[in-house]
Amino acid sequence: MTVTENRPDYKWVGTRPIRHDGYDKVVGKARFAADRNSPGQLHGAFLRSPHGHARILSVDTSAAEAMSGVKAVVTGADFPDLPIGHPERDTAVNLMARDVAMYVGHVVAAVAASTRAEAEAAAAAIEVEYELLPVVLSLDESIADGAPLANADNRTAFSGSDDPSNLATVTPLERGDVDAAFEAADVVVEREFDTAWVHQGYIEPHACVVDVGADGKAEVWASSQGHFRVRSQAAAVLGWDTARIKVIPAEIGGGFGGKTTIYLEPVAARLSEKSGRPVKIVMTRDEVLRATGPAPASKSRIRIAATNDGELTAIDGWIGYAVGCTGDMAGFVGAMSVASYKFPNLKMEFVGALTNTPRSAAYRAPSAPQAAFAIESVIDEIAQALDTDPIELRLKNAVVEGDLTSMGGPHPRIGFVECLEAIRDSEHYQSPVPDGAARGIGTGFWFNIGEQSSATVNLNEDGTATVITGSPDIGGSRASMALMAAEELGLDVHRITPVVADTESVGFTDVTEGSRATFATGMAVVNACRDLVGELKARAATIRGVEVDAVAWVDGAAVVDGHDPLPLADITAKAKSTGGPLTVTASLNAGGAGPSFAVHCCDVSVDEETGRVEVLRYTTAQDAGTAIHPSYVEGQMQGGTAQGIGWALNEEYVYADDGTMLNASFLDYRVPVASDLPMIETIIVEVPNPAHPYGVRGVGETGIVPPMGTIANAVSRASGVRLTSLPMSPPKVLAALDDR
Amino acid sequence: MRYAAPATVEEAQALLADDTGAQVFAGATDLVPQMRAGRPAPSLLVDLKGIDRLTAVTHEDGRWTIGAATPTAELTRNEAFTAAFPGLSEGAGLIGSDQIQNRSSLGGNLANASPAADSVPALIANDGQAVIATADGTRTVPAAEVATGPGRTSLADGEFIVEFTFADPPAGTGDAYLRMIPRTEMDIAIVGAAVRVTVDGDAISDATVVLGAVAPTAVVVPDAAAALVGTSVADGALDDAAATALAEAAEAACDPIDDKRGTIAYRRRVAGVLARRAAAIAVERARNGA
Amino acid sequence: MSNDATRRSRTHVSCTVNGDQVDFLADDGTSLLDALRDELDLTGAKEGCGTGDCGACTILVDGRINCSCLMFAPEAEGCEIVTVEGIAEGDHLHPLQQTFLEGAALQCGVCTPGFLVSAKALLDENPDPTETEIRYALAGNLCRCTGYDKIVRSVQEAAVQLRGASR
Repeated sequence: MTVTENRPDYKWVGTRPIRHDGYDKVVGKARFAADRNSPGQLHGAFLRSPHGHARILSVDTSAAEAMSGVKAVVTGADFPDLPIGHPERDTAVNLMARDVAMYVGHVVAAVAASTRAEAEAAAAAIEVEYELLPVVLSLDESIADGAPLANADNRTAFSGSDDPSNLATVTPLERGDVDAAFEAADVVVEREFDTAWVHQGYIEPHACVVDVGADGKAEVWASSQGHFRVRSQAAAVLGWDTARIKVIPAEIGGGFGGKTTIYLEPVAARLSEKSGRPVKIVMTRDEVLRATGPAPASKSRIRIAATNDGELTAIDGWIGYAVGCTGDMAGFVGAMSVASYKFPNLKMEFVGALTNTPRSAAYRAPSAPQAAFAIESVIDEIAQALDTDPIELRLKNAVVEGDLTSMGGPHPRIGFVECLEAIRDSEHYQSPVPDGAARGIGTGFWFNIGEQSSATVNLNEDGTATVITGSPDIGGSRASMALMAAEELGLDVHRITPVVADTESVGFTDVTEGSRATFATGMAVVNACRDLVGELKARAATIRGVEVDAVAWVDGAAVVDGHDPLPLADITAKAKSTGGPLTVTASLNAGGAGPSFAVHCCDVSVDEETGRVEVLRYTTAQDAGTAIHPSYVEGQMQGGTAQGIGWALNEEYVYADDGTMLNASFLDYRVPVASDLPMIETIIVEVPNPAHPYGVRGVGETGIVPPMGTIANAVSRASGVRLTSLPMSPPKVLAALDDR
Repeated sequence: MRYAAPATVEEAQALLADDTGAQVFAGATDLVPQMRAGRPAPSLLVDLKGIDRLTAVTHEDGRWTIGAATPTAELTRNEAFTAAFPGLSEGAGLIGSDQIQNRSSLGGNLANASPAADSVPALIANDGQAVIATADGTRTVPAAEVATGPGRTSLADGEFIVEFTFADPPAGTGDAYLRMIPRTEMDIAIVGAAVRVTVDGDAISDATVVLGAVAPTAVVVPDAAAALVGTSVADGALDDAAATALAEAAEAACDPIDDKRGTIAYRRRVAGVLARRAAAIAVERARNGA
Repeated sequence: MSNDATRRSRTHVSCTVNGDQVDFLADDGTSLLDALRDELDLTGAKEGCGTGDCGACTILVDGRINCSCLMFAPEAEGCEIVTVEGIAEGDHLHPLQQTFLEGAALQCGVCTPGFLVSAKALLDENPDPTETEIRYALAGNLCRCTGYDKIVRSVQEAAVQLRGASR
């Protein structure tokens, strides 16, 4: 079901063609990062720190270097030191420890050998002397007075201080008079919450093949969310010019934010440089879980004031994120993500604090899910206290165009109210709650971003087209690019080939984050197509011998009064005689990414004897602005929801006191399996983003924000006890039931 | 690391006698993950699936004989076996995914000696006998005596399980196995409970209760069985008092640990719950079968 | 210098893969998955975990699904192996491949080969599965992109088509 507002009559936008890269993916031909081998390649393996925090006193690689098959060994000494404050210093230090290992699994050395087994055996033979340092494992430990430093190089961002600190960011927000509002409130609810570390859980482990030639040029084959970022980060970590590095984007087997940074490529490059051979490194799942991602654990305290007629008058609180071993913007981004309700009075503080755990990485709407879980839970409790419908309470307080975001600026045109209404009016919400079950409502918001993108559109001799961009296709974006180009050019979508090109074959494009690919890169494609249409009209004018103003572009043909329409293919066929190849490149730094809201509704049952929660029915409504390819918009909504259900119910990092992760496998890090979930019903709401030619809003991230609050609200209503700790695993739920 | 696929029990015995670093396997569904987690690689992998006797399933003269390396999928697909031992079939069918089911086996599940092995409680509840190849022949022991602790067995070096045998259950017998996992599939049991009962007339005449994942090995709980024997099932269901006594006895028999998968308190509580629920199913099956 | 981890013993393996007779040499301890990918360049099956927990490496061995990461390569001797590369008939996609495309059942696509093989095995054995049966049959295959909704629907649609075709 789709709710549409003022939707123009598009021919291609909003249709559901088979994606262009689909065939290769269903027949096993698509090449992901680990699917390429280079002639003569070596295999890399790592030695990782067994300690949660330790000074590296010495590294002796001599035994390893003498072992069979070993061609190169690298350590921190093989990489330049980037000064504190350098934007890639943390990336550099994370992918190869220098003086200090900062978490269990931190890379200390790497080996390239003829076989992987040889490389692993040699890595194990490297001898390292450590001096143990205190391990800071939790948010509470990190922010405690007199806490040991998790990373002595960290400085609090934006603080102006050069003193070492465990605090990554401290972001206070304040408006109105919170004290007076709480004084005047009819209802006040205050709760404390916590959430566990969770991993993005992409099925494809990180992998790369790097070949550094004798001329010093490097070819990198890797999957990522942005190969230009791979290039810039690798260049910085290695101390090389970017022009030395060519990054070829492999198909990417899931990222969800976790592949917006690098772990392998500079190490493989140094090993390749030393050995003179291509080097392939493929992470194991164990390595992925121990040493990449995860998303921050959090703790929070939220207090909300309301009047008896349901106005939410004030919020105050504190949200802290445990960000891992290096500085991170999680706390700052979290502050931006609290923007769904009007709250005339607001006083919040957001903190990111370092821990001796893996450096955290972005995960789908980073920092927003933790905040939304807490806030949506308290709002639900207020609805219960007021005995009011949870959707009506939210409708009364939902932000609309012009209302303030948490950072102070006004919201542009947004579709929060429309999403609330869509759920309210849905068959699901209108149906009775099944016996023995309870229903929960939750909402989420993500601001989305624009950033830089480039696109080249080539018209071929026969009237087909090639659309070349630099945004890796994570979930169907190539199809979206082709659909927008088809709409602009009036060309059948299957006569367009969308391509993701390497760093030498397309203009600079920022990493795919902030749900920006279809929005910003799509806008570059639209701009290029519009320039091309201008050029096509000029060529048609030449062919017809008229002024260009006399030419209109209608449904894939140049139309001149008194002449038959001149189809695109007739113009491209005459390209040589009318001015040469028809090709346009467009680049932009896109502004105006439209925020996307979502409202979720679910029914759950709780086994009162075991604490097991079953999700019986789930519906999500989300504002997509305009759905270019509705199937993949639905897919984003469903995928984000499923990840959120995992986050809500069973996913968590379990650490031993020394910082060792105890559940580094898909057996014990429990992502949802098919039998855990119901169908996830989708309602695409379309409130066009005025800043995009087709009204696109990013849709990738918002879907993961509401599920934790939604499910917690349902479980709390089912059980009569408020669940405040994620995951709501059976032992925790049973303990909460006991405490009723 | 070398690989060998002997065709007979004797060939396997000879291979094991020649190489003390050898490791037998059937599905390797535990062995491979353990090797990836750092378990030293064996010098010789001895694949037992090529031995006909280890994958044979027969029912003769009132006894079932199940080759120790038989894929559990073959047991759950075997209608006669599943009708005779529905709880054991259930337990065997819960080991991993459908992919795993085509590799996992009763022998491997028992010899791996995980306290949480899903097929083991019902294997014991049905008085399974393990036929073990020794250096110079075979010996037969109750399945309950094979695992002695997490990862530890009473199998001597060079010994391996050849097959299991089970007597046909008496008339009026039913068994059931339930486990608690956080997801619906793909997890290791936090608690497992197998119950077998025999109903004579309106009363339970015999019972066995075996718990998994709540102690270093699967534990037989005689007090829980005693709570059932002699109680009436005339209403078609378990007597409330008997159910309560059963659950209490089950909880009392637990000697669990806190680990990444569950807490002591949780395991204890849920052991009682699952024992009671499994008993109810076993009773229903016993009455329907009787 | 060598030790147990690096000493190589190689076995000649003869089997059929996607209908073709194939011979290859494999290190005894190597997984069948690695042999398929590195010796035969059949990279459709993926390694997502290496421990049988994700199903991305699912293949058919004598008609039954297996995690090829849990099989040692020499175990393939004499077997009929089918990988995702072998489930289409020439240029004619298997109905599951077609319904996955039409139903947008893949996003990143890295789990897709495993799902297709598992779903094919399911429908070969059970032409009319319920939604619950489909979900449990596919529980050994992890997908992190789709939430499984469109995968399950695509399997249902393929089942309808296959039943129609077999009438």
